[in-house]
Amino acid sequence: MQRIILFFVQNRNFLLFVLLFAVSFALTVNTHSFHQSKVVSSANFLSGGIFGLKTSITDYFDLRTQNELLSEENKTLRTLLSNGGQLSSNGVSDSLPLDTNYRFISARVINNTYSKTKNNLTLNRGTSDSVKTDMGVLSPQGIVGMVNSVSKNYASVQSVLNTNSQIPAKFKKSNHFGTLIWNAKDPNVVQLIEVPRIAPVAIGDTIVTDAKSTIFPPGIRVGTVQNFDRKEGDDYYQIDVLLFTDMTSVKHVYLVTQRDASEIRELEKIVEDAEQ
Amino acid sequence: MQNNETIVNIIRFLVLVLIQVLVLNHINFLGHINPYLYPLFILVFPLTGNKTLLIFLSFFLGLSIDIFGDSGGVHAAACVFIAWIRPVVLKYSFGVSYQLNTLKISKAPLLKQLVYIISMVLFHHLILFSLEIFNVSHILLILKSTLFSGIFSVVLIVCTILLFSKKEA
Repeated sequence: MQRIILFFVQNRNFLLFVLLFAVSFALTVNTHSFHQSKVVSSANFLSGGIFGLKTSITDYFDLRTQNELLSEENKTLRTLLSNGGQLSSNGVSDSLPLDTNYRFISARVINNTYSKTKNNLTLNRGTSDSVKTDMGVLSPQGIVGMVNSVSKNYASVQSVLNTNSQIPAKFKKSNHFGTLIWNAKDPNVVQLIEVPRIAPVAIGDTIVTDAKSTIFPPGIRVGTVQNFDRKEGDDYYQIDVLLFTDMTSVKHVYLVTQRDASEIRELEKIVEDAEQ
Repeated sequence: MQNNETIVNIIRFLVLVLIQVLVLNHINFLGHINPYLYPLFILVFPLTGNKTLLIFLSFFLGLSIDIFGDSGGVHAAACVFIAWIRPVVLKYSFGVSYQLNTLKISKAPLLKQLVYIISMVLFHHLILFSLEIFNVSHILLILKSTLFSGIFSVVLIVCTILLFSKKEA
């Protein structure tokens, strides 16, 4: 106690100076609003900077939960989008999307290949999550493929980078449609064939999924036209489409199923059989 | 003797404040330059006086100017600063001998007087304008104002010291 008082007495001038300087500084800042805003903003700069640093560290511990939350949210939003702004198709506000045309299931990719000619992905959802074959698989940026086999807890997806894959797609601007295939050359580029020569094709055109496909909802973005070619005398264009999805790093996907898909397929099968 | 000194100091205080706010603050030479005469009080405060008292008094001096000028506290801050730093400036301008009773500012060699006055005035104006402008990107404006006002104030203070020392002699 003695030493504290001694310290104050010995440095009284300096302490008095600091005190009075602080008082006059406070008076100055309070008088001029410019000074006030500068002081408040530098206080914000300091505290904001330190908080920003802290969250950039603590955020890493939270990433898994956040990603799962975002995935769920995206699933809800996609349902809303595909069903015309309603979570349930008969207008009753229901938290369970039971009666909607398109249903989404979020999933994570646990295995992925993109360098073979027939590439498949494995997802961590299976029949116990009501995944069935022939469900479409979408990424946050575009399409990924379709489910070709399901086990109890996992599903195997035939990637769009697969020479067996044939997905109907169309031009966003003109609705001219074709089929997406892959020539096993570039994991970012698929080929759109069977586009008739009267279709207006330009580099940069967006390609989206077609309503013809019972697998994907229509209007899902697939990619942009990278270059196109039509040999003389050929009735169709050969178009290279640069995919929006980075197939080498896809992690969170959504499985989509159309409620009426089996009905449509059955109907089309009957007509095809009848015509043959 | 003590009383005489106190009364002299009080009169000095009041006169300086009044001259500053009534006359000098309205000069606005070239549009914005004002001389500041009141730091004279801190400069000629008795060298053997109580330092703590000086800091208090300079705070009130600056505060009075601020109240008349609506500037919030910049003069008070500047005055408190030079009151605190006065011993250091005295030491480097007059040598260690200032602590003895023998030194009178007006009787010291002219160069040492000038060094003392210019240092104190420059410090005062620097703090004053920095607090007033409060923006590091305007550093040139701060330095320019310090320099020009400083020159004006120094001239005025030197004239006043010469005036009053002649009267004593």
